[in-house]
Amino acid sequence: MCLALPAKIVALNPDDDTAIVSLDDIRKEISMALVDDVEIGDYVLLHVGYALSKVNEEEALRTLALFAEMGNNEAS
Amino acid sequence: MKYIEEFRSGDLAKQLSSKIRQAILPDRQYNLMEFCGGHTHAIFRYGVQDLMPDQIKFVHGPGCPVCVLPTGRIDQAIHLLENEDVILCSYGDLLRVPASHRQSLLKVKATGGDVRMVYSTQDALKIARENPERQIVFFAIGFETTTPPTAVAIQQAYAEGLKNFTVFSNHVLTPAAIQNILESPEVREIGNVSIDGFFGPSHVSAIIGSRPYEFFAEEFQRPVVIAGFEPLDVMQSTLMLIHQLNEGRYEVENEYSRVVTRDGNIKAQQLVASVFELRPLFEWRGLGVVPYSALRIKQQFADFDCEKRFDIPQTRSTEIKGCECPSILRGAKRPSDCKLFGTVCTPENPMGSCMVSSEGACAAYWSYGRFRQTDTIKE
Repeated sequence: MCLALPAKIVALNPDDDTAIVSLDDIRKEISMALVDDVEIGDYVLLHVGYALSKVNEEEALRTLALFAEMGNNEAS
Repeated sequence: MKYIEEFRSGDLAKQLSSKIRQAILPDRQYNLMEFCGGHTHAIFRYGVQDLMPDQIKFVHGPGCPVCVLPTGRIDQAIHLLENEDVILCSYGDLLRVPASHRQSLLKVKATGGDVRMVYSTQDALKIARENPERQIVFFAIGFETTTPPTAVAIQQAYAEGLKNFTVFSNHVLTPAAIQNILESPEVREIGNVSIDGFFGPSHVSAIIGSRPYEFFAEEFQRPVVIAGFEPLDVMQSTLMLIHQLNEGRYEVENEYSRVVTRDGNIKAQQLVASVFELRPLFEWRGLGVVPYSALRIKQQFADFDCEKRFDIPQTRSTEIKGCECPSILRGAKRPSDCKLFGTVCTPENPMGSCMVSSEGACAAYWSYGRFRQTDTIKE
């Protein structure tokens, strides 16, 4: 029920507060009523037809680096 | 897909697994409750349990909205369908949930009830606009993640002056449920449920932020790590919980920082606060009546409140005989402890809600066949 997928914004329609997202090349219109300051190319978390929040790329990379760093410690 | 595949890497999972094995203290157990069905699902689907040493036990929590909805609420929706000329819009998850008298929304639909499965509250609004002569009821269910979309729909219906759209609110709150589990006699006195730490919800926290968990991390002295729903997120969070427990810390940490902030989504919180208020009491399957654990629609939006527009009798929830869902939802029993599990109760023919919802613990045990191993390894 709380499942949500990261989806890429490919078009914005500020007039009716919607956007088109691409999910593995499937395009879908979603509501942007719950988020501000989103630009084309950003990833948002998509849940029941709404963008819940923006996915923070910097933090995602940092988390991934943390996993990898642990791997390196393991090897050394 | 970006932000998904990277967080499912098998090589990194193996490395994290050996880190976890190195970090655990050999003479202690780590009982970690994953509140969310999404985490339960990830643990079973990706075999995370198999990558863990024996001292780590995942205790499955009640974070599956379909599972905790008492049968009485579905009985009430069925009463509406049978006594009023309504179109009932519902998310797909609810349709097969067993109600009283062997009924379900799907069975009522088969006998002529107008039940429509919708993907979004926007779909329900569309049905209302297209059918001005009919009454449309949206069966709203879900935790904090799913509440803001309902609030948006009510605000929109208000702005448009829609006269035929109401909401049957069953929205519930996560912190109240976690607190209820920690205060239950099974955890506090009897001691047959031991919980050393929590995986905090992923997408609930995207909305409410990490701040609401600070109170009970401190009050109940249990660490909380907010974890993403991918398998590496769960493993990394396990490691973070182990470190906290080893060091005697009980803090709120955030592994899912790519989505969750301390304050959460303020815009969504404000929308929810504008439309909803706390219900003094609400019944949960498994937890019983929990004070201030659910939301009802504010007086200002009473025109959109299904419970005010229609006369809905209070029904008493009856449990399916032999079904252990209530104990399973509290973490007191495992699905394989239930006599119905895998005999008369399977996803094709579910007797209890934990088998209906794909996030339910029983469905996760059954679908990935893990129950065959957990019985022998863990007991």
